[in-house]
Amino acid sequence: MSYLLKRLGFYLLTVWAAVTINFFVPRMIPGDPVQALITKQRGQMTSEAVRSLYVLFGLDKDESLASQYFSYLGQLLRGDLGMSFTFFPSPVADVIGDGLPWTVGLVGITTVIGFFLGTAAGAVVGWRRGTWADSLIPVTTFVSSIPYFWLGLVAIALLTGPGSFFPASGAYEIGLVPNWDWQFIGSTVQHGLLPAFTILVSSVSGWILSMRNMMVTVSSDDYVTVAHAKGLPERRVMLAYAARNALLPNVSGFALALGFIVGGTLLVEIVFSYPGLGLQLFQAVGAKDYPLLQGIFLIITLSVLLANLLADVAYLALDPRTRREA
Amino acid sequence: MKERILDVRGLNVGYGLGDDAVRAVRDVDLTLHKGEVLGLAGESGSGKSTLAYGMTRLLPPPGVVTGGEVLYHLEDGSSVDLLRLPDADLRRLRWSEIAIVFQGAINSLNPVQRISTQLVDVLKAHSPRTPHRLRQDRARELLTLVGIATDRLHSYPHQLSGGMRQRVMIAMALALQPRVVIMDEPTTALDVVVQRQILRTLVDLRERLGFSVVFITHDLSLLVEFSDRIAIMYAGRVVEEAQSADLYRTPLHPYSDGLLRSFPALKGPRRDLAGIPGSPPDLRTMPTGCAFHPRCPRALDVCDSQTPALGQSRQNRSVACWLHPVAVP
Amino acid sequence: MRHNRKAFIGLVALGVFAVLAVVGPWLAPFEPSMRSNALLQPPSSEHWFGTTHLGQDIFSQVLAGTRSVVFVGAVAGIVATVLSVLVGVTAGYLSGSAGEGLSALSNVFLVIPALPLIVIITSSLPETSNLTIALVIGLTSWAWNARVLRAQTLSLRRRDYVEAARANGESTWRIVLFEILPNLYAVIASGFVGTVLFAVISEITLAFIGVSDAGGWNWGTVLYWAQSQQALAQGAWWWFVPAGLAIALLGTALSLVNFGIDEYVNPRLRTRSSLRGVHMRVGFTPVLIKESS
Ligand SMILES: Nc1ncnc2c1ncn2[C@@H]1O[C@H](COP(=O)(O)OP(=O)(O)O)[C@@H](O)[C@H]1O
Ligand code: SF4
Ligand SMILES: [Mg+2]
Repeated sequence: MSYLLKRLGFYLLTVWAAVTINFFVPRMIPGDPVQALITKQRGQMTSEAVRSLYVLFGLDKDESLASQYFSYLGQLLRGDLGMSFTFFPSPVADVIGDGLPWTVGLVGITTVIGFFLGTAAGAVVGWRRGTWADSLIPVTTFVSSIPYFWLGLVAIALLTGPGSFFPASGAYEIGLVPNWDWQFIGSTVQHGLLPAFTILVSSVSGWILSMRNMMVTVSSDDYVTVAHAKGLPERRVMLAYAARNALLPNVSGFALALGFIVGGTLLVEIVFSYPGLGLQLFQAVGAKDYPLLQGIFLIITLSVLLANLLADVAYLALDPRTRREA
Repeated sequence: MKERILDVRGLNVGYGLGDDAVRAVRDVDLTLHKGEVLGLAGESGSGKSTLAYGMTRLLPPPGVVTGGEVLYHLEDGSSVDLLRLPDADLRRLRWSEIAIVFQGAINSLNPVQRISTQLVDVLKAHSPRTPHRLRQDRARELLTLVGIATDRLHSYPHQLSGGMRQRVMIAMALALQPRVVIMDEPTTALDVVVQRQILRTLVDLRERLGFSVVFITHDLSLLVEFSDRIAIMYAGRVVEEAQSADLYRTPLHPYSDGLLRSFPALKGPRRDLAGIPGSPPDLRTMPTGCAFHPRCPRALDVCDSQTPALGQSRQNRSVACWLHPVAVP
Repeated sequence: MRHNRKAFIGLVALGVFAVLAVVGPWLAPFEPSMRSNALLQPPSSEHWFGTTHLGQDIFSQVLAGTRSVVFVGAVAGIVATVLSVLVGVTAGYLSGSAGEGLSALSNVFLVIPALPLIVIITSSLPETSNLTIALVIGLTSWAWNARVLRAQTLSLRRRDYVEAARANGESTWRIVLFEILPNLYAVIASGFVGTVLFAVISEITLAFIGVSDAGGWNWGTVLYWAQSQQALAQGAWWWFVPAGLAIALLGTALSLVNFGIDEYVNPRLRTRSSLRGVHMRVGFTPVLIKESS
């Protein structure tokens, strides 16, 4: 348990760091973006909304830095992320609330599936070193150095168009109202397939490479040779001895790499106009919608941390050496 | 004449192929008899492990067996050549006939699985139809056999001490009542007290169960106590082979003589081969003639040009040295 | 690395990109931003990669854009590598809370999603140039290598010769510079190559979402215009295919170099799995015996 407690402490530290970065970064923004917004909206903003934005941007010159910081923290704790410039007058929290489920559904699910598929394939490729399986390596290397979004562009060019089963954009048929009926779910799945496929193809190759290398490394460990000496069936040696151990560094690698992967996968949403956080990030950059940018950054960080925590629990379950039994 | 169980003939084992190949075991002949303990000694790097894993085809890449035969005599009188056996047959024969305790037990156990799983794995693979409960009973029985409390059955390897892990490996080796157990430096990493205890257990078990042992160590003093016969290896070759007592009393090969002189004191620090100056040759650039001649205190003129062959010099003594004329078979 | 074909091919390809980075803008047949009347033309002998909706020559854009890509990759790689060596080696060498603190710092930076962080910083900056983008990427992406270096340093510190040097009262600086760093070169090099790859992809991704050097060209800006002008809907595949392939080629070259380094560091990856047609298999040593009779 002490292992998990330590990790929890680390996650709290990371949350604090992300929040603090978010507090300081907007101070670099030139000029007074809030004033610009107020002018644009011509007095449609409540004084409360204006105040919240001032706190967010650290523009409250009368307060000391410390008290600005604490008002900012207080505001965050109340779930107030400010007001979105682009989706005025929606609060950032609501905007993100609309996008998050789509991103979790698309990016979250495909990232996990990609990890499992890639790890399984990498185990086989690593085990069958020296056979046809090796010819997969150059292909996966090539694919894993392509940005995800570009692969999305290629997928759209090749697989969509008039008469194609795959829609080129959106998360569901225009005109449908999101609810839990079959028509809507079917449409969602149909729209999600191609972006999901894009993310899978790009992320799988990275996992294949890393798992392959771990398999090759582990295969010459003594206990694998011992397993062969014991006369165990090939499958058993490969799965319970080699792959089972090679999996461990791959799981911790998964946790560590999430922060990198999520960035790439989010942008697949842009090319497919998929209404998740990635698309919102794109719109926020274009419109200089700082509150939305910051909110998205915070939420993505929190989600990655949560995923990390889950990976930690998985690691704990997989590696008896991290468990402290009294 | 005792019954033979394993015959190694002209075995050659190396690492890699082509120009950078290393010949680590050269033309080795070795015989293991039923019920005997055959000791294999030599400085580290002399090819003992390579020999043991080469003859069982367990040598990891880039190991290659390049010649010879390894005849295993089955109980029914027929014999098979391990080097020419189809993979499936070899897999079936492994552990049920020949079990191996590897150098370094710490790395021999799968770190993420319980001892019970790893013991039962063997039983399951070789007799798939035994009920689960019987296998568990057998696993418990095996632990008791090597002096480990049965409540350790469900431990993970990291929860056991080095000595206990080595005992577990011995228990595992005996799981299928093999006729041959090969042990590669089974006690080297352990402290002297634990080493003694384990060897005592081993001798005891061998007497009760009657398997044959190939015991590999760089510590000749252990072999003098525990083995029936001893083969000495140098630079990939067997240079002398004799009954333990004979070898101890009158070593014929100057290298065996040196090894015996560098006995570690029974207690206290180990003296490293004080009897032999110099170090073993690089296997890629072997000296011509007798590989030992650059270090040999008694080298003759022929020694640096012609390689002595292993042969009988007198009753029950085999040696490869120009000092001892042999009748090469 | 004499026998390392992968690393060799990778290095040659990197050399080509480096040369293009220098001479690319001069080689380009057209001024990359120059408009012409040949609107949205497919590849032809005059416009090898076709033209944009404004009649700009895409071949020239890709060629001229190489400089920005290589520049950002190199600068970010150097910044991140220097930082990672400083933080990683110090964290590994110092025992106690200072080391722990530095290690926690790198873990924090590792877990915070890199791209969104880079996006919020670059879009809050008063101006974005290749240099600021490179600096932001470099300053935010050192953590992975710092972590690797810390682990390596920890294990080196326990080696006999380092212990001996410490016992002899050698100064910390001397030990780090002469005993520890030389053993880390391969790891540092592999970290540098990895960071360059990450920086290149980040720069291109940033440009693709609209954060880039004002007025300059890189492969990401080509893709940005292709995306915003609906190149796909108009069937203008030539607008985004060349830039993407350039990225993939550069990325593959970097990965190949890294494979070479990995195999150098981890000998188990190096042992060839088949030699002269003999399949090396764990658990069943190959038997090569020429039967004489
Ligand atoms: N993978 C390898 N590649 C090349 N040579 C090796 C390899 N492994 C072992 N050797 C060489 O083979 C020789 C015998 O090694 P080994 O059988 O382990 O000796 P021992 O068990 O007697 O200590 C050593 O000289 C060693 O240098
Ligand atoms: S053959 Fe010659 S060199 Fe070799 S051991 Fe005998 S005497 Fe010494
Ligand atoms: Mg050995």
